[in-house]
Amino acid sequence: MIITLAIMALGAVVLGAALGYASIKFKVEGDPVVEKIEAILPQTQCGQCGYPGCKPYAEAISAGEADINQCPPGGMDGVRKLADLLGREVKPLDAEEKPKQVAIIIEDTCIGCTLCIQACPVDAIVGAAKQMHTVIEPLCTGCELCVKPCPVECIVMQPITENLDNWKWKYPVIEIKRAA
Amino acid sequence: MLPRLFSFKGGVKPQTHKTPSVQEPIGLAPLPARLYVPLHQSIGGVPNPRVEVGERVLKGQVIGGADGWLSAAAHASTSGTVIAIEDHLAAHPSGLPTLTVVIEADGSDEWIARTAVDHRSLPPERVREMLRDAGVVGLGGAVFPSHAKLAAAAGVPVEELVINGAECEPYMSCDDVLMRERSDEIVRGIAIFRDLLDARRVLIGIEDNKPAAVAAMQAAVQAQGEDYQVVAVPTRYPAGGAKQLIRVLTGKEVPASKRSTELGVQCFNVGTVHSAYRALAFGEPVISRIVTLTGNLERPRNWEVRLGTPLHELLALGKPKDDTDRYLMGGPMMGFALPGLDAPVVKATNCVIAASPAMFPPSPPEMPCIRCGACAEACPHELQPFELYWFARARNFGKTQEYHIFDCIECGCCSYVCPSHIPLVQYFRFAKSEIWSRERDKKAAEAAKARFELRNAREEREQAEKAARLAKAAAARAAEKKSRPSAAEPAPVEALAAAASPALAADSVDAALVTPPAKSADQPSSAQPALDAEAVKKATIVAAMERARSQRAAAPPRNTEQLSPEQKRQLAAVDARRAALQAEEVAPVAASGASGETAKSGEQQGTAE
Repeated sequence: MIITLAIMALGAVVLGAALGYASIKFKVEGDPVVEKIEAILPQTQCGQCGYPGCKPYAEAISAGEADINQCPPGGMDGVRKLADLLGREVKPLDAEEKPKQVAIIIEDTCIGCTLCIQACPVDAIVGAAKQMHTVIEPLCTGCELCVKPCPVECIVMQPITENLDNWKWKYPVIEIKRAA
Repeated sequence: MLPRLFSFKGGVKPQTHKTPSVQEPIGLAPLPARLYVPLHQSIGGVPNPRVEVGERVLKGQVIGGADGWLSAAAHASTSGTVIAIEDHLAAHPSGLPTLTVVIEADGSDEWIARTAVDHRSLPPERVREMLRDAGVVGLGGAVFPSHAKLAAAAGVPVEELVINGAECEPYMSCDDVLMRERSDEIVRGIAIFRDLLDARRVLIGIEDNKPAAVAAMQAAVQAQGEDYQVVAVPTRYPAGGAKQLIRVLTGKEVPASKRSTELGVQCFNVGTVHSAYRALAFGEPVISRIVTLTGNLERPRNWEVRLGTPLHELLALGKPKDDTDRYLMGGPMMGFALPGLDAPVVKATNCVIAASPAMFPPSPPEMPCIRCGACAEACPHELQPFELYWFARARNFGKTQEYHIFDCIECGCCSYVCPSHIPLVQYFRFAKSEIWSRERDKKAAEAAKARFELRNAREEREQAEKAARLAKAAAARAAEKKSRPSAAEPAPVEALAAAASPALAADSVDAALVTPPAKSADQPSSAQPALDAEAVKKATIVAAMERARSQRAAAPPRNTEQLSPEQKRQLAAVDARRAALQAEEVAPVAASGASGETAKSGEQQGTAE
């Protein structure tokens, strides 16, 4: 009886020591879940979720402070992926889903105040004080953060139209007329 | 001696339907009134417009300059006036517009100055550049810029140069007639490519259903005394696929991750070779191509068509029959339904087929996949189309990549044999473009994240720098405040002494004029080391003023030299009075200090008068 207990106790001590050692030796730096969540987020850095950027939102989701349906640029697709990753229920998006957009500066109206340059989270606007500004379209994430600061309302958001570069083959559908 | 031939797995043998279009020789399509030349006709960078609206262009003039290395120039197909550079319907399954130069032909068809060059007299880099600027691209349908394929892989000599005249697509016969009629030029063109690649062997592969083309090519090779091998390969779709033809002729199987040059093989279409020859030996850029016009037409035939010719004008030459309901570009296996006949003929337009419901009956409704494996047997790339289909249908794109969807050449063999009439290739195209689009989005997201992080880091750094600057300034101010009580006190004393010294000496004007400069000059040096910079400055100013005064006194007044004794006496009296007055004034001034200065200078001015 005592021998049995001693063996069990010894086993507990040895295994506990091994686990304790492993938890120090193989400590994971950072939160891998946050990185996975962030990889799903669209990185527009728009703040529409209420957090100052995609990473803070990913951290909030991971900490259980934020829900998974607060990212309008990610759309329902993003919500589905997050639900998949985190094993949560798919929820309808907390805002209206918009098509992908790009900011356009109406250059005739621009007064060169540099406010939009300061607002752009990804440095996609070029220009200098009292010089016309312009958006580098391929870098624009369509976050709309530059629209509000403009004192002369010369920034408009344009949805990205389909062109030969981004055109996609459609999912094959059976035409009802033919199938009937 | 017949070379040993290999074979590829799979493939199908559809009806070829090539005979109707080869009854007549190549016809020269008439010049249309307007040409719509799209700038982007090849894989790679979109050429930059080189002409302006209203400009007159000549036949063969560059209208779009190659953008970067992987790109090919676009040219005007006739002389005329550029009336617009605008978006126009593209010959593309999407039906979307593309930037197009619209040229109104003037009918004179005037060439630019053409210069023939011998490729052997030029360095290979220059020849490649010339081919790029002549717009030479793969005319088999893939439109990949040819100059980019004309360099051997590092460390691998090119063993075989394969010239592709297989033309395996049904209905299509543009390469067939080209080989029959222009075999001489093709063989000369092969020499250019052989020299550029330094290929040891040249193999010309032609499907054995084109005996006339085989004979013509053999005759041309013999006539020019070349050692190229013209090989008739068994007719089986898709023998004209680059990888399949390389396999059949050389036995080499090009793996997915490698280019054929890494195995010492390169492959070109006969049409490409011909256009390259015209570009170098005649200085004629690619402004036309042979197009097979066939299908449900009164007059199927091959035409040499200027690039940019609207398709409806081309089709009018063939007289489509009444029951024609759609038009296909490319062959029936790999081609697509044209979105509209306003689209122009481009470098990729090898064949236009008028289709009727009788010719291509609508496919029966799609039935469930029964996993019979017929598609896997037909696949020339030894893929498993049924597996790919499952995953593409379920949008499980990661799995499609695991099953090598990007090895699929979309030849259509699987769809052709499918007993359930599943449009397999459509699913694969959908999956491929969806994967590409996601890759693009992912790359954009990563770039945005990197830029965002960079910006945040920069802002943090700037803030830190600003804070450091402010802290430094504050510290400096604090230090100044601390040091002021000790440093500032001697300063007023010093200034006072310097200012007061002339006033004190005012009893004797001479003494006052001569001594102060000496005094104030040595005062800073003899002063305590704790002397403030400000005090030194004040002292220097005072000293300078004294010096100026003494100089003014040393110079005698000019208007007093020739005075009468009467006037001298009057002056002396005035001076005496003033001196008496000042002596009275100076006593209180000297007591009050620095203010004596002003009185002093007032007196000086008075003397000067």
